[in-house]
Amino acid sequence: MKNITHNLEPVLQAKGLMKRYGTVVAMNGADFDLYPNEVLGVIGDNGAGKTTLIRAISGATAPDHGVIELDGKLVNFHTPDDARNAGIETVYQNLALSPALSIADNMFLGREIREKGIMGKLFRKLDHKQMETFARDKLSELGLLTIQNINQAVETLSGGQRQGVAVARAAAFGSKVVIMDEPTAALGVKESRRVLDLIQDVKSKGIPIVLISHNMPHIFEVCDRIHIHRLGRRLCTVDPKIISMSDAVAMMTGAMEPPPEALAAK
Amino acid sequence: MSQSEFETNLNSADSAVAVFERDDRTFLSNVRNAVRNYPTLVPALVLIVSILIFGIIAPRFLSPGVLSLVLQQVTVIGIVAIAQTLIILTAGIDLSVGAILVLSTFVMGRLSVSYGVPLPIAIAAGMAIGTLMGAFNGFLVAKIKLPPFIVTLGTLSVFTALKLWYSGSESIRNSDIEANAPSLLWFGEAAARPFGATITYGGIALILLAAVFWFILQHTAWGRHVYAIGDDPEAAALSGIKTDRTLISVYAVAGLICGFGAWVAIGRVGSISPISFEEINLATITAVVIGGTSLFGGRGSIPGSVLGALIVGVFTTGLSLAGVDDYWQMFAVGNLVLIAVALDQWLRRATQ
Ligand SMILES: Nc1ncnc2c1ncn2[C@@H]1O[C@H](COP(=O)(O)OP(=O)(O)OP(=O)(O)O)[C@@H](O)[C@H]1O
Ligand SMILES: [Mg+2]
Repeated sequence: MKNITHNLEPVLQAKGLMKRYGTVVAMNGADFDLYPNEVLGVIGDNGAGKTTLIRAISGATAPDHGVIELDGKLVNFHTPDDARNAGIETVYQNLALSPALSIADNMFLGREIREKGIMGKLFRKLDHKQMETFARDKLSELGLLTIQNINQAVETLSGGQRQGVAVARAAAFGSKVVIMDEPTAALGVKESRRVLDLIQDVKSKGIPIVLISHNMPHIFEVCDRIHIHRLGRRLCTVDPKIISMSDAVAMMTGAMEPPPEALAAK
Repeated sequence: MSQSEFETNLNSADSAVAVFERDDRTFLSNVRNAVRNYPTLVPALVLIVSILIFGIIAPRFLSPGVLSLVLQQVTVIGIVAIAQTLIILTAGIDLSVGAILVLSTFVMGRLSVSYGVPLPIAIAAGMAIGTLMGAFNGFLVAKIKLPPFIVTLGTLSVFTALKLWYSGSESIRNSDIEANAPSLLWFGEAAARPFGATITYGGIALILLAAVFWFILQHTAWGRHVYAIGDDPEAAALSGIKTDRTLISVYAVAGLICGFGAWVAIGRVGSISPISFEEINLATITAVVIGGTSLFGGRGSIPGSVLGALIVGVFTTGLSLAGVDDYWQMFAVGNLVLIAVALDQWLRRATQ
């Protein structure tokens, strides 16, 4: 088995992350590397700590210990806003949408566009039209919504459509890294396909992606590298072109030891 | 790109996206959607219908004089209800608005009447104190993470005690205000008297303030964030909203509005008393709830709250003109609150 080595420096790197919730250890010295131009899959059992890991990277949860580096520079995200400003865009497992607000409002929450001219400058009036047009375009690209629905409240959408809004938002605004925590969990076959295509689109723009999923065919199809998470830490990273799905699952569940070269290639 | 076998038919799949043909277009669901999309529809209808009904019961009610009296009566409640709406939209509650209001009236009154401070400075100081008290509430809610009900229950007592101390438990008389700082009474003066109605500057201020905050909530980022925080604070934070900062600013702005309301209140009452406006906390919450704003946050509007205040005014004035006793007026308003809350629950159930 060939080592996955990188001459490049990681875009995003985490070392020795720790997080405790009372007696539960959600991260136990977790490491993480994301390299330029790659789609990194993160797999692991329920409760392995995948969500906690990406929440730490995206500023949503403060780790107890450990360091996070973006482009080799130490970062300290206190809020999700800090991570967003650094160009890290995340689709959270619970989607993080405001149910009573419209689709367009949700897409632009926290980065609203103001009108040009005096109304925008002096009275800080928002440019609803521009935001709606943009939101509509992004959602049509994803093929999840019809045009007349852009002003409907998110709570009136189906679970899959909501997921589509969250995915479209992250893909549209991520400039450095896009992280997706189970973005296809609620989606149908056709919609999942569109999200996978979108992941390739984002990648082709040169933006690396982290994809957390329990769907092995999806992971093996789009990922360049797979990070296997187990018991609050990275067990190893493997190459989906070399390793089989069943071996990956066996490692992730502890039924099989990872190959030594995969450990070395962390 | 590789596709799994079961996906091969996708290429020939219908590429039209879901068209929302809804089959639940029953009368009830239409009503529900209308109410959800136009939240001020219900209070507006209730106001019109109740004005008509009281006009039939007590014909004197429909005179311009009486109707404008209702507006005068609810001016201060309406202004403070705007502050209360902002806070309730964030799923909070403010029991200290009355104490902030009255303490601000004393700062304005004492400085200008007793110490001869120029009026603009006295008014600015009163509004600044109001803002500060609001910000203190906001700090405790956002940073110390205490429940708004408990925080403002505590500061209600704290601010009330400060009010009694600062006022020396004494009123500032109308004659003293008129002699030393007559402009403090400006909002109580009549701006126009069309057809025997009396429109005060205070009444106009209420309408303008409501328009300003309607604009802010609907058309600025801060306004959208207020709704988002009340809707789902976790989602708002993950969406990149600085929730703590926004929450503190909401309470501070509410304090500022109460400070402004203090100036209007001096004009409305004509004097400054430490025991005035003791019922305004509950009165504003009543107005907000009747106006269709949800106590659970994230839903509601400023115009609704002003309409809510007007509805309460119409009921109390109308019932008293009809010769109904005070306690039946309370009874009626209480029932309005219960109906409004039940309606809100029904709307929420429909969406979750
Ligand atoms: N806010 C929290 N409070 C307490 N415990 C938590 C919290 N968040 C996570 N945990 C615990 O941390 C552990 C890791 O959870 P996490 O959500 O990161 O797992 P996961 O790998 O994302 O699982 P899944 O595949 O089910 O999404 C779990 O045992 C969970 O119970
Ligand atoms: Mg998870």
